[in-house]
Amino acid sequence: MKARVHVYLKNGVLDPQGKAISTALDHLGFDGVDNVRQGKLIELELAEKDRVKAQKNVDQMCQKLLANMVIENYSIELVD
Amino acid sequence: MKAAVIVFPGSNCDRDVKVALEASIGAPVEMVWHGGHDLPKTDLIVLPGGFSYGDYLRCGSMAANSPIMREVADAANGGTPVMGICNGFQILLETGLLPGALLSNAGLKFICRDVHLSVENSDTSFTSGYRPGDVIRVPVAHHDGQYFADENTLDRMEENAQIAFRYVEGDVPGPANPNGSARDIAGVFNTSKTVLGMMPHPERASDPTHGGNDGRAMFDGLINALS
Repeated sequence: MKARVHVYLKNGVLDPQGKAISTALDHLGFDGVDNVRQGKLIELELAEKDRVKAQKNVDQMCQKLLANMVIENYSIELVD
Repeated sequence: MKAAVIVFPGSNCDRDVKVALEASIGAPVEMVWHGGHDLPKTDLIVLPGGFSYGDYLRCGSMAANSPIMREVADAANGGTPVMGICNGFQILLETGLLPGALLSNAGLKFICRDVHLSVENSDTSFTSGYRPGDVIRVPVAHHDGQYFADENTLDRMEENAQIAFRYVEGDVPGPANPNGSARDIAGVFNTSKTVLGMMPHPERASDPTHGGNDGRAMFDGLINALS
């Protein structure tokens, strides 16, 4: 089973990289891009076959390491 | 008195802080490798600056989970003073021993210059070498030094005198606050004032040959308070 974890900044946390990307897109001539936020995708290959257990494990991985819960949130997608 | 400096893969300011500590203590400082659980009994633990684990995932996130950090956290919770400088500050935040987080500098550039700091709370062993409101000049060298915490946390920290240092105006060219840190915060304490984290490098301004000696009072004061 594969887990795809999206880690992204919480609303209200400044994202200077997102702002830089937005400025660069503007310079390239792409109009109408209002707000850019940059996050991370972390993919994990899991030996665990039980979806419930896998979800619980990956959730703990996010809480403990993959996301900094002070400034980030995460979402988990399990793919067979 | 005894001090220990924890060394992670990628730490690069460990020797500088060892030299600064030894100049104040007058006795050897023990360097402790991150990978084991052998933390000697000491009066002070320092987490040095650098790029532990290459800043992978997030600055300090991997180092915060190093084997030795369990012992460091136990020691901190038992009241042993712990000081984190720059990457060390990042590690302490990632372990939760200090509140808040550090983001990329607002200007997205690595900043390497002197800053002026006001000593906000001199009533701790770390800052006892200064008087309240003293302004000191120390270098910073970081890419991810923007201190962040939500407004409630910041208000609570202010009430508890947990702000250690703030960036202030001085004769160094450039903005006083180099990285956009909330409320110009450059360093913070935990609630019991036994753990300090700061982005600037006092160990790089602790000898006249450094071009600045304002950091020396920090180490002298700290050693004095702990002896």
